[in-house]
Amino acid sequence: MIGGLFIYNHKGEVLISRVYRDDIGRNAVDAFRVNVIHARQQVRSPVTNIARTSFFHVKRSNIWLAAVTKQNVNAAMVFEFLYKMCDVMTAYFGKISEENIKNNFVLIYELLDEILDFGYPQNSETGALKTFITQQGIKGQHQTKEEQSQITSQVTGQIGWRREGIKYRRNELFLDVLESVNLLMSPQGQVLSAHVSGRVVMKSYLSGMPECKFGMNDKIVIDKQGKGGTTDDPGKSESGGSGKQSIAIDDCTFHQCVRLSKFDSERSISFIPPDGEYELMRYRTTKDIILPFRVIPLVREVGRTKLEVKVVIKSNFKPSLLAQKIEVRIPTPLNTSGVQVICMKGKAKYKASENAIVWKIKRMAGMKESQISAEIELLPTNDKKKWARPPISMNFEVPFAPSGLKVRYLKVFESKLNYSDHDVIKWVRYIGRSGIYETRC
Amino acid sequence: MPAVSKGDGMRGLAVFISDIRNCKSKEAEIKRINKELANIRSKFKGDKALDGYSKKKYVCKLLFIFLLGHDIDFGHMEAVNLLSSNKYTEKQIGYLFISVLVNSNSELIRLINNAIKNDLSSRNPTFMCLALHCIANVGSREMAEAFAGEIPRILVAGDTMDSVKQSAALCLLRLYKTSPDLVLMGEWTSRVVHLLNDQHMGVVTAAISLITCLSQKNPDEFKTCVSLAVSRLSRIVSSASTDLQDYTYYFVPAPWLSCKLLRLLQCYPPPEDGAVKGRLVECLETILNKAQEPPKSKKVQHSNAKNAILFEAISLIIHYDSEPNLLVRACNQLGQFLQHRETNLRYLALESMCTLASSEFSHEAVKTHIETVINALKTERDVSVRQRAADLLYAMCDRSNAKQIVAEMLSYLETADYSIREEMVLKVAILAEKYAVDYSWYVDTILNLIRIAGDYVSEEVWYRVIQIVINRDDVQGYAAKTVFEALQAPACHENMVKVGGYILGEFGNLIAGDPRSSPLVQFNLLHSKFHLCSVPTRALLLSAYIKFINLFPETKSTIQEVLRSDSQIRNSDVELQQRAVEYLKLSSIASTDVLATVLEEMPPFPERESSILAKLKKKKGPGAVSVNELEEGKREGGELNGGGERGADTSAIATSNASTPSPSADLLGLRAGPPVTAAAPSAGSLLVDVFSEAGVNDDGFLRDLEPPTESSDSLLAEGPGDSDSAPTPPPSVVSEEPAPPLPESNELLNKFVCKNNGVLFENQLLQIGIKSEYRQNLGRMYLFYGNKTSVQFVTFTTTVTCPGELQSQLNVQSKTVEPLIEGGAQVQQVINIECLSDFSDAPLLNIKFRYGGALQNLTLKLPVTINKFFQPTEMLSNDFFQRWKQLSQPQQEAQKIFKANHAMDTEVLKAKLLGMGMALLENVDPNPENFVCAGVIQTKAQQVGSLLRLEPNAQAQMYRLTVRSSKDTVSKRLCELLAEQF
Repeated sequence: MIGGLFIYNHKGEVLISRVYRDDIGRNAVDAFRVNVIHARQQVRSPVTNIARTSFFHVKRSNIWLAAVTKQNVNAAMVFEFLYKMCDVMTAYFGKISEENIKNNFVLIYELLDEILDFGYPQNSETGALKTFITQQGIKGQHQTKEEQSQITSQVTGQIGWRREGIKYRRNELFLDVLESVNLLMSPQGQVLSAHVSGRVVMKSYLSGMPECKFGMNDKIVIDKQGKGGTTDDPGKSESGGSGKQSIAIDDCTFHQCVRLSKFDSERSISFIPPDGEYELMRYRTTKDIILPFRVIPLVREVGRTKLEVKVVIKSNFKPSLLAQKIEVRIPTPLNTSGVQVICMKGKAKYKASENAIVWKIKRMAGMKESQISAEIELLPTNDKKKWARPPISMNFEVPFAPSGLKVRYLKVFESKLNYSDHDVIKWVRYIGRSGIYETRC
Repeated sequence: MPAVSKGDGMRGLAVFISDIRNCKSKEAEIKRINKELANIRSKFKGDKALDGYSKKKYVCKLLFIFLLGHDIDFGHMEAVNLLSSNKYTEKQIGYLFISVLVNSNSELIRLINNAIKNDLSSRNPTFMCLALHCIANVGSREMAEAFAGEIPRILVAGDTMDSVKQSAALCLLRLYKTSPDLVLMGEWTSRVVHLLNDQHMGVVTAAISLITCLSQKNPDEFKTCVSLAVSRLSRIVSSASTDLQDYTYYFVPAPWLSCKLLRLLQCYPPPEDGAVKGRLVECLETILNKAQEPPKSKKVQHSNAKNAILFEAISLIIHYDSEPNLLVRACNQLGQFLQHRETNLRYLALESMCTLASSEFSHEAVKTHIETVINALKTERDVSVRQRAADLLYAMCDRSNAKQIVAEMLSYLETADYSIREEMVLKVAILAEKYAVDYSWYVDTILNLIRIAGDYVSEEVWYRVIQIVINRDDVQGYAAKTVFEALQAPACHENMVKVGGYILGEFGNLIAGDPRSSPLVQFNLLHSKFHLCSVPTRALLLSAYIKFINLFPETKSTIQEVLRSDSQIRNSDVELQQRAVEYLKLSSIASTDVLATVLEEMPPFPERESSILAKLKKKKGPGAVSVNELEEGKREGGELNGGGERGADTSAIATSNASTPSPSADLLGLRAGPPVTAAAPSAGSLLVDVFSEAGVNDDGFLRDLEPPTESSDSLLAEGPGDSDSAPTPPPSVVSEEPAPPLPESNELLNKFVCKNNGVLFENQLLQIGIKSEYRQNLGRMYLFYGNKTSVQFVTFTTTVTCPGELQSQLNVQSKTVEPLIEGGAQVQQVINIECLSDFSDAPLLNIKFRYGGALQNLTLKLPVTINKFFQPTEMLSNDFFQRWKQLSQPQQEAQKIFKANHAMDTEVLKAKLLGMGMALLENVDPNPENFVCAGVIQTKAQQVGSLLRLEPNAQAQMYRLTVRSSKDTVSKRLCELLAEQF
């Protein structure tokens, strides 16, 4: 279990220190600072073992969050907790920065008391937390006894993530499928590795205690239904370029509201949603990924002092869709002394501080192609080692799910209140972003 | 140094550095640096040439980036360009960059060297200094190759500025330290030495460092520096504090120079020239006098400088060790420091006194401070000072004050720091043994030692007590009584139990008369400690019990009961169980007579060097370890002639030698045929070494370990089966017959054909040196046997024999040598040889001795060959050829054609031929390449004239050797002998 939690700024000064167990002393604070933050060599492993004590850290901008333990804990649990903690803090005071942490340190200690008890993670649902940890000072006077007991019964009850008696005039829900696609491609266009990690984020404004059922084109479900003879797929391939109907999900995790027993037995996702925004599920796919862009690099060395680079990008989705925020990053050698760039579309610039040419395009439709060419002048050096040629990386945003995932339905049942599935207004949005999207050159 | 002009501020650099300092994170810093690097690259790449200022600025930035820990792979060229600038600051930055970021790129090195060369030959002293500093900072081999010849010239040139000379001297020192083979002083030597006379004190200070370093390598060449240094020193010492102006430091004239001069003098023995010596003594006296004067300043720098000179002078006095007067004065001076409030001074004083104590002149003087030192030991706050005080007490101890010192050290031991306790224990043990007047005092002291600091008493200490008690009848009773009393303490250390068990087991009978220490009381006392002890101690106690059965038959049933109990006879430890079973059987089967023989009192131990001393030497670390110790260390590393197979042998023997006898076969103690003989009966002398090695390897002192833990073995060895044999600690496996000559002895013999002196033989234990002279048919040979170990050789005997017909040809008489060679000592043996008639074999020398109980046996050939009896004969060309023709019968000539084994160097050949004993005849042979020699071999019976001709063929690397003499055997033998030499 987690023995303690520390938050440091970029200099290694301790901003927050909360120790939950006696086996963690104050010297652990210094041990992490000395061995990780101020280490000669950058520490890349998120888990560090110092003197039989394990430190799990994540970094948000310039802030280090470190969980410490002497026991053999489930590392995944610790990291999940740290991420959750980041989410909670963001929900409370926005961006995690040194200043925000300093300004909200009382709140943070209060939160830490609530979401960790003797090192065991507790309820970290922001919505629930916000009902009793507030930023408006002491609320006790205004809260009635009833309200207080209601909070207690909710938090300690079976459905801790939703309180009773919520009422909306318009029953509405928003469903976002957010995916990030990762790729590593050889210069010849061969896919070396590719995977999509996606999230289904839901924002619900529903009255009462609705029971929801979520359906998507999961291969296992589709195949089962196919056997049963019912093919009620709502619309074939509305977006993206995929003609296939089902996808293979490698693994997935759910929000705590999802009834896992039902998922295990019937593979159906049914739940009573929390109010407001939350992440319903996370998943990962590796098969049949639609790659939104293809990068074709061409690098030619002209003598010892000149390099010619030509990069072509091709968009590979339906022409009706528009990709946004496209950015191509072409690394330059370390002895670059000057760069000339010509591009047909967008803007390109040599950024010396990052040793790269950055080419930005605002919008680009599907099935199009664009190219950039650059001349790089080099300073002859006496260094014998060759330039390692790091891969060309790319960033973008596309309005479809590169994994091919489709939301088939989201049904809402509320037996006590009088609204049916048809009365709920539902919005579905697909966003595909680039993760690490690289092509070797 | 030229003043920095306003334009040299380099604002860009300052901005860059402050930008970096303001970076919030590592990433931001890297970004800023990347940007700057790109900027510099574009500037360097740019077509228009940069002016010196910007070049300097960018090189500075690169340097800064490099010092932040980033790689810099360009800019070297620009830095080299800066070197050729005429502005000081630009040149300086260029040199700075080169010194920090030197790159072994060959073209660049050439350019750099060129620039340095230009600067060296310029007349500008600052530029020369910069160049010299750069060479010294880089100090690489390439630099040394390029400039080692140049710098001495600058150093001694008459027109060189003083500051440049200083730099040159230090630069040369640096080059000499990195590549001494390239810095050849040769012709410069005397002029460098004369720098000691230089007007400028800075030059002298720099030069003296160089001279000190050089003279350590070749003291003879720099011998002249002694008198110069002395006169320089006397000038400084006698000067008033204001004379030297800049070089007076807090009223002390040139303290650094004085210290260096004194240190230089420590490289040499006392000057032989009376005048110089007188002057030096006068200087030293002045220094000692000045130390007595009241300080001219209260500042700590003043006293530091003064004391530095004083301590350096005292080390010189100690180094010379020839002036009793000065030594005593130094000692008195140090005595004052013993109570100084400066901790460093007290430490230094104690340290210097330690060396003073070993000098015969000042030993007495040191002794007068005993009270102060003891006080220091007790009250000093600093542990390192206490350590020194303990060292000094040890060093100043002699027979007169031993009791006091030992008592003090013992009382200090109770409160001593843990880090020095073990060393203190060893020291007390050694002093107690060394200066023991009566042995009851010794026993008391050691038992006290074990009581006070039992954990720090190493095995060696208590082994030694037992050795001494066993060897001396007069203390045995006392020891038994004291041990008995000591054991009565409710809690006593395990080492005490060990000593008690052993001594009571041997000599318990001596105190059995007293009803308070009746046998049963003794036994119960020992047995009450039994369950608290570790396994080895329990094993020892079991042996003590069986001895009790012998000593006191009335305890037999009690002890048998104990042995029979499950905790003994079924003990999970094999060793204990076996002892219990065997002892039980032994006590029930054997008759009283047998028992009495088997369990007889242990025989006295052979005298040997105290193992404690060896241990102390080891503890002192490599600095204090004598050569012997190193040798021993090497042997432990395991590089004996055994080679590869040795490892296996050693382990096999080690196991068979270990205290656990193999369970079944040895049950009745029939260890008559030890497995060693069965393992390798033919291995001969090799085995002996291995055997003693096994002991050393095991834990360094297994050979000393024999008495206590092996007591059971020896008891068993004398079991019923062979009860008549006397107990001999280690089984002797080597026959007493002289070993066959070593295989390499022929080679050794050949080494001495052309020379009379040298080292005949050397192994890890022994070195045999040889010195011989021959006249007519008589010869005398001195053999020097050196013991290379720290352990005595006992029963050392040598015999010289003439095998076969040699007996009638050679008369060899040897004087006997002393049978005992102390560790590290050397003994001499004289052998007289008379040649009766010509001979061809060599006499054999057999050496036998015991080293650590193991018999060493080796046989060598004495390098007595027929040519030793040559009488050179000079003759003219005509004579030679006439005689050559006279000896023309085929059997009178022996000829051999052979390949050269060594380089064909004329001088070497000549030396060898001369060394052989014949006269080398010049201008005899028509071919100047050839050598001819003539000589007469003198034997008692006859004289044999011999002629020799050696024709080298340089092309084929072959020789043709022709020997003619009036006797055919002589020709043959000579030819054989000589053919091996070239």
